[in-house]
Amino acid sequence: MTTLNALAAISILYVLFLFAVAFFAERASRRGRANWLRAPIVYTLSLSIYCTAWTFYGAVGSAARNGFEYLTIYLGPSLVLIGWWWVLRKLVRIGRVQRITSIADLISSRYGKSNLLGVGVTLLAVIGTTPYIALQLQSVTLSVEVFSQASGGEQEQTTAFWVAVGLAVFTVIFGTRNLDANERHHGVVMAIAVEAIVKLAALMAVGIFVVWGISGGVSETLERIDASSLGHWEVNGGRWAGLMFLSAAAFLCLPRMFQVMVVENDNDQQLRMAAWAFPLYLMLMSLFIVPIAVVGLDVLPAGSNPDLFVLTVPLEYGQNALALLSFLGGFSSATSMVIVAAIALSTMVSNHIVMPIWLRVNENVVSVSGDVRNVVLLSRRLSIGGVLALGYLYYAQSGGGAALSEIGLVAFMGIAQVLPAMLGGIFWRGATRFGALAGLTVGFSIWVYTLYLPSFGAAILPESFFDGGPFGLIWLHPQALFGISGIDPLLHTMIWSLTFNAVAFFVASLSSFPSPLERLQGAQFVNIQQGTGGARSWSQGSAEAEDLMVMAQRILGSADAQRLFLREARRQGSDTHLPAPTAEFLQILERELSGSVGAATAHAMVGQIVGGMSISVEDLMAVADETAQMMEYSATLEAQSQELSRTAAQLRAANDKLTRLSVQKDAFLSQISHELRTPMTSIRAFSEILRDGDGITAEEQSKYASIIHDEAIRLTRLLDDLLDLSVLENGQVSLNLGEGMLSDVLDRAEAAALAHDDKRGLQIKRDRESEQVWLNTDTERLSQVFINLISNARKYCDAESPALAIVVTKGEALTVDFIDNGSGVAPEAQDVIFEKFARVSDQKAGGAGLGLAISRQIVTRLGGEISYLSGQSGAAFRVILPLEKALAAQ
Amino acid sequence: MAGHVLVIEDEPNIIEAISFILSREGWHVATHSNGEDAAEIVRSRAPDVLILDVMLPGRSGYDILRELRGDAATENLPVLMLTARGQSKDREMAERAGASRFMTKPFSNAEVLEAVRALAPA
Amino acid sequence: MSGAGKSQNQPAAAPTPKSDKIPLFVERQTYRRRRLVDGARALPVLGLVLWLVPLLWAVPESKTHASSGLIYIFVVWIGLPLVAGILIQIMKIRPRVPRNDEGET
Repeated sequence: MTTLNALAAISILYVLFLFAVAFFAERASRRGRANWLRAPIVYTLSLSIYCTAWTFYGAVGSAARNGFEYLTIYLGPSLVLIGWWWVLRKLVRIGRVQRITSIADLISSRYGKSNLLGVGVTLLAVIGTTPYIALQLQSVTLSVEVFSQASGGEQEQTTAFWVAVGLAVFTVIFGTRNLDANERHHGVVMAIAVEAIVKLAALMAVGIFVVWGISGGVSETLERIDASSLGHWEVNGGRWAGLMFLSAAAFLCLPRMFQVMVVENDNDQQLRMAAWAFPLYLMLMSLFIVPIAVVGLDVLPAGSNPDLFVLTVPLEYGQNALALLSFLGGFSSATSMVIVAAIALSTMVSNHIVMPIWLRVNENVVSVSGDVRNVVLLSRRLSIGGVLALGYLYYAQSGGGAALSEIGLVAFMGIAQVLPAMLGGIFWRGATRFGALAGLTVGFSIWVYTLYLPSFGAAILPESFFDGGPFGLIWLHPQALFGISGIDPLLHTMIWSLTFNAVAFFVASLSSFPSPLERLQGAQFVNIQQGTGGARSWSQGSAEAEDLMVMAQRILGSADAQRLFLREARRQGSDTHLPAPTAEFLQILERELSGSVGAATAHAMVGQIVGGMSISVEDLMAVADETAQMMEYSATLEAQSQELSRTAAQLRAANDKLTRLSVQKDAFLSQISHELRTPMTSIRAFSEILRDGDGITAEEQSKYASIIHDEAIRLTRLLDDLLDLSVLENGQVSLNLGEGMLSDVLDRAEAAALAHDDKRGLQIKRDRESEQVWLNTDTERLSQVFINLISNARKYCDAESPALAIVVTKGEALTVDFIDNGSGVAPEAQDVIFEKFARVSDQKAGGAGLGLAISRQIVTRLGGEISYLSGQSGAAFRVILPLEKALAAQ
Repeated sequence: MAGHVLVIEDEPNIIEAISFILSREGWHVATHSNGEDAAEIVRSRAPDVLILDVMLPGRSGYDILRELRGDAATENLPVLMLTARGQSKDREMAERAGASRFMTKPFSNAEVLEAVRALAPA
Repeated sequence: MSGAGKSQNQPAAAPTPKSDKIPLFVERQTYRRRRLVDGARALPVLGLVLWLVPLLWAVPESKTHASSGLIYIFVVWIGLPLVAGILIQIMKIRPRVPRNDEGET
């Protein structure tokens, strides 16, 4: 007999082995060698978490008690997979495109990112899954008990407790490692695939032993079956069909199935294999159930628990090794289910309950303080602990009495209430949030009242309810609603809950009107095959890319967030690290975030930063094909019209700005081209003349050579200016600070600017007295600014006898005004003259139009500012220098 | 072939270059450097070929050309347009305004000569 | 132009009969593919019907042997996935369908 300690040691070794598998799989995926992790076979095997301890132990028990009914639990899912083209293909695509993180997220997302629905489905899932987790703990305890042969109550609780703790640790480690939008748990999935092989191998080993070792062959086994109490084919027709339907429904809706089937799905290839391979897996799991049950009933003493035949039959024949393998199989079934269920539930609880509350509480601080990433991780980890604690408490409280398979069916029934909302949501555009809420509420209530509460026995519902109905209302009898009695309780619940659920869903959908967001999501879910799909889009609002970055870093982690932003910036063709907050980018960001915190939360977070616009123009455009209907609801629209026009105005402004920028860029390139080509034309023409050489006088020759020389210098100056400006704009310039007298700087500038003043003679008026100011600045750069201002006056002043007054004033700062007596700059040109290549007029004046742009850059570097003074007699420029750098002469 | 060529261009060095090249080959060259009164100058001088820059002070070359094309006297005047902006849309604009030829600066002297020869009525 | 051509070649953009973008009459290969999809769609219905047959045996007095019942269920259970698998394989390689397949489906 295997001792308890040996059993514990083997279990721990097995768990360590699983840790290793998960760890190496996780590491391989981190290093990008995850191709084999995405192999269709791994996906197929991971679906086997459908087969929990309920299958491993309970199926034999069910067969021994109820005959062939157990088969239906596996026939239903087989049909779902064989019919993958109908539902699964669509579901999996929606899951991938919309980055769905759980069944609750799917429902919430489909119905306009409704958090209320998310919470509802989450609660339903928690209520439906908790007994199931208790069931797994119980199965491990019972199987340990078989080996220990001792049934101390203390012992049971301890085993269950430590199993729960161990599973919590495993799940926290491998279930919450990464938190990106491509939320897939390679480590966990790999470990589950391994466990799938172990449990199949174990069950088949026991089956082969029973068929060939005990019964002596296939035909002998069949004879033995026919001779047993299960010898004739007897099934309850209603339950046969009903359970097949129920198991198919549960297969689609169970949170853990949704997790492995949709969330962990990577490509259609995986589904294509699972479609035929997983039914075969289920077939193999079911193949030996009846032989084991028949042999168990035959050879074991009457009253033995048939749920444990898989263990007790080998033990009866002294096959300790086989029994141990069988124990590991059962252990695998139980643990894999608990792990995935805990991951799935914790995602839901965290995304739909904890995060929204946290966000509500910290409404205005999301972009300022608090590390959302840590909050998400912490809330997930706590949720995992909470889910397992609930399962353990349920187990400890219920004492583990009821037959395993009944709890399983009750749970199935509960979670199947999601089916109408889910199928309706992906196939029917008319399904609304209100309909989904109504259907879920009605179905859930009937389920609780007619099946869930009665499953606790008299502990919760008073005995009188089952005698004459509640308060004597016989038609409200929990197991015979409307006076229709004599139906199997499970079928009774199934018929009434799903019927009322579907009817409520349908009627409420028909009679309500969906919000634009819901209609948009509905169209995208239902038409997933045709379109690329995508979540609701943001209008080009006033979102600050930097704020979004800060928020994204907190949720995705800084490395991932930066990578995402950089990638998007590159895609937009921007050379900064921050992409412009276009509608497209916001949508991508929201989708990435929703992988971590759920669609509704992500939407709310982006909304907080973007400015909380609930309806965008694009949303309305997307549903505008049904304009006729929308007219009927003009009242609703009217309420939104104000918001709309604001949004539209913002859009127009953004568009105008973009257009202006684009025009400016074009104009800039065109200008550079012009400025470079003009001198090059002269250079080329004259150099060709000189090269050809015939018929040129020596005088002409030298004249042309000097033209080439001058134009080359003009080109050089232009290039210098361009470089100067680009250096200044990029902030790479280093200032050469030194002491200098303002009057000296002005002297130098005047001399340089008027050096080529050949014809018109600009007269300069200065007050040397006021110029006696010591400056601590880069005098070279400052005089460059002054030269530019003086030359501008020389070039552009259109007065009869041009004059320029330079006025120095010492106030809070030092101001130097340059005022000429010309006609000044036209008002509409005043705000563009500091832009590159902006010339006051179209007149050629020998400059490239970069002077003022450079001047502004320089003055800004020197800590001052330069501006155009309007309302003066002529063109007037003001240079302001900070006082710290302007010291009055002693 | 002593045809008359009118060059309207504001860059003095380029005017000088073009005049030199053309007159060396026997053309009579007149020049003008302002856009505003360019159209009248063209009408009064009635050249055989007009060389017209796009960026002129006062008025754009396209504008001037459009006016010339609207006038019966200068409707069929061969016009060679010069521009220093090398974008394809400039070529399109020139074609739409009615330019007979379009040339991007910098050009080679031979090109200009060849173009003027080709444009000049035989 | 090239974009439109591409989307027509894409197998993924295939058949939802509802969509009016899909032409009514198509060349042979596309036609074959659509019939394969029809097959894939019909398969679960066939499975359901076959697995509901045991309800007919449940008549008292008829006494079907458990062994024959089990054999029936499991034969269907092996057959259905195999047919599904074969259909998926054929769809994947998009074969040139030989002429003698014409009569099928």
